[in-house]
Order: sequence, then C-alpha cells, then structure tokens
Amino acid sequence: MRPLSAPLDAAAGPAVADYVALLKPRVMSLVVFTGFVGLYLAPGHLHPVLASVAVLCIAVAAGACGAINMWYDRDIDALMRRTKDRPLPAGRMAPGEALGFGCVLAGASVMVMALALNVAAAALLALTIGFYVFVYTVWLKRRTPQNIVIGGAAGALPPIVGWAAATGDVGLPALALFALIFFWTPPHFWALALYRAGDYERAGVPMMPNVAGPAETKRQMLIYTLVLWPCALAPTLLGVAGWVYGAAALVLSAAFTACAVRVLYDPGERAARQMFGFSILYLFLLFALMVIDRVAGLPGLQG
Amino acid sequence: MTMQETALDDRQRRARNYAVMAVLLALVALFYVITLVKMGAF
Repeated sequence: MRPLSAPLDAAAGPAVADYVALLKPRVMSLVVFTGFVGLYLAPGHLHPVLASVAVLCIAVAAGACGAINMWYDRDIDALMRRTKDRPLPAGRMAPGEALGFGCVLAGASVMVMALALNVAAAALLALTIGFYVFVYTVWLKRRTPQNIVIGGAAGALPPIVGWAAATGDVGLPALALFALIFFWTPPHFWALALYRAGDYERAGVPMMPNVAGPAETKRQMLIYTLVLWPCALAPTLLGVAGWVYGAAALVLSAAFTACAVRVLYDPGERAARQMFGFSILYLFLLFALMVIDRVAGLPGLQG
Repeated sequence: MTMQETALDDRQRRARNYAVMAVLLALVALFYVITLVKMGAF
C-alpha cells in the first residue's frame, strides 16, 4: 500500500497548526496526565522545576510518537474518515518533514530527561518511544488483532517513566499503574473499533472486530474489564492511595463492567460509543482520584 | 503561483519562523533554570 502521499499543496506549506496536529494533542493529554500521576505518587521529594521538566519530556516524547506514527501511517490515514484530514494525507506537509520533526522531538525529549532527571527515566522514555514506533506502529498494527493489546504497553509506560524520574528506579506501585492502563487499553480501543469497523476494514488494519467478529470482541472486552478490578484496586492495596480512592475504583470498575455487559447485548453501535466515552472518563477519574487522595491525606492501609 | 498564494506562503513562513524562535528561546530559558536548580540555587 505504501508509499503513498497526496500531492503536496506547495502554495502555502504547512501551518504551525499542522505541526501541532502531528503531536496528537488529545492523546498527549492523557499520557501526560498519567505520567504526572506516576511522578506525583512516587516517594521522596523532587524539585518542582525538575518535576515540570520530566512531565514536559513525557509530553514531547508522546508528541514525537504521534508525528512518527502519522508519517508511517500516512497511506492508511488517507483511507479512514477519522484520519484523512491529518496534515500528511491532506497534502499540507511533506512526509519527510513530519518524520524529521518527530525524530528531533524524540531525541530532544530523551536527552533532556537524561540531563535534567536521570538515566533510568531517559532509558524508559526511549523504550516507550521505540516500543510505540517499532513494535506497535511498524510491526504489529497491520499484522495482528493483538496489535493494541501488546502495543498498549507503550501507552502504559508513562507512569513508570514519571515514577523513575522521581526515584531513579521502578517501584511496584508504578507497575500497578502500568497494569491498569495496559488492561484498560483493549476495551477502550475495541469499543471504538466496534463502531469504526468499516474504516479499519478499508484501511486493512486487522482490528479485533474485523478479524474475530463483534461477538468475540465484546466477550473479550468484558473479560478485560473484569481483569481491571484488581488492577484498579492495587494502588490502595500497595499503600500509594487511600480507601476513598479504593471505594471509587470499585464503583468505577463496576460501571465499566456494566458498560461492557451492555455492549455485549447491544446489536447496534450505541452502547459501544458510550463505552468508548466512559473508558476515557474511567481512566481519567481513577488517576485524578489517586492524586486527590494523596493531596487530602485520606486514610489508607499505611495511614 | 499567484500573488495571493505568495502572500499566504510568506505569512505561513513568518508564522513558522516565529514558532521556531519561541521554541528556541523557551529551550534557552529551560536549560538556564535547570542549571540553576541543579546548582542548588533555589
């Protein structure tokens, strides 16, 4: 299918907004937030300026991943309704420019993380970028319906990077945050894939609903929401969040499972659309509550 | 290329240049502050 790019609209060249679009700002916001929470929950004290630099590095690295992903996927982006107006398929930017932009951002984010924070955080950040670009985008995305399951590890790494930025190593609570995002990713993406199956079919991306069918996808989504229960509760059990968070985690996980049950019995798209929306709220609320719990000093297993 | 297209091209190039300048200045400030913090100035 590659190489393919729309004829370049040479008259105007890319606008600043096109470079911003390459960074996938909406994806970046959730990545930045989870990275910040990992950093915030880590033990010890980190200077606020250095903490801000760490979060900035995570944000820039996420943007770099977005730009390189858009460079590699420009052929299939042109075929999907959701992505055909991106700068490359729309012909507003030359492919090499997006690749160069992404590589510079990736290198700069890792370098600054190493200089300002520590080598462990920088290495983990490089691993995150490498995993997203080479393992997910290049290797898995077009080959297997397990693409977003395994590739989800890249999206789950930012809290570990944040934790490592603060401590210089990887603690068990950081792994719990990783597991939470890792097992959240399949039901989140498959809810989207259920009502965008036509798009993925056209682009030849083997998402689970296209390969195994909607019924099997819905069954697996339900299983993942059940696996999420202990993952969501783990921060409380490991002592980095209190019982107010723990109680909320149980309620939210029950609601997420209820969404999956509704999707299972809904032959249309409505329940899947609602589940996709709720999945973002679910992850955001869980991470926000961990911070609130810590800020308010609410009682936990160790307090 | 028409006159209008040239004007648009110039405008967008100027906007890109300003953006690059802003990023470079921000990087200078960032490294300056990081250095101060690492030296224990705050």
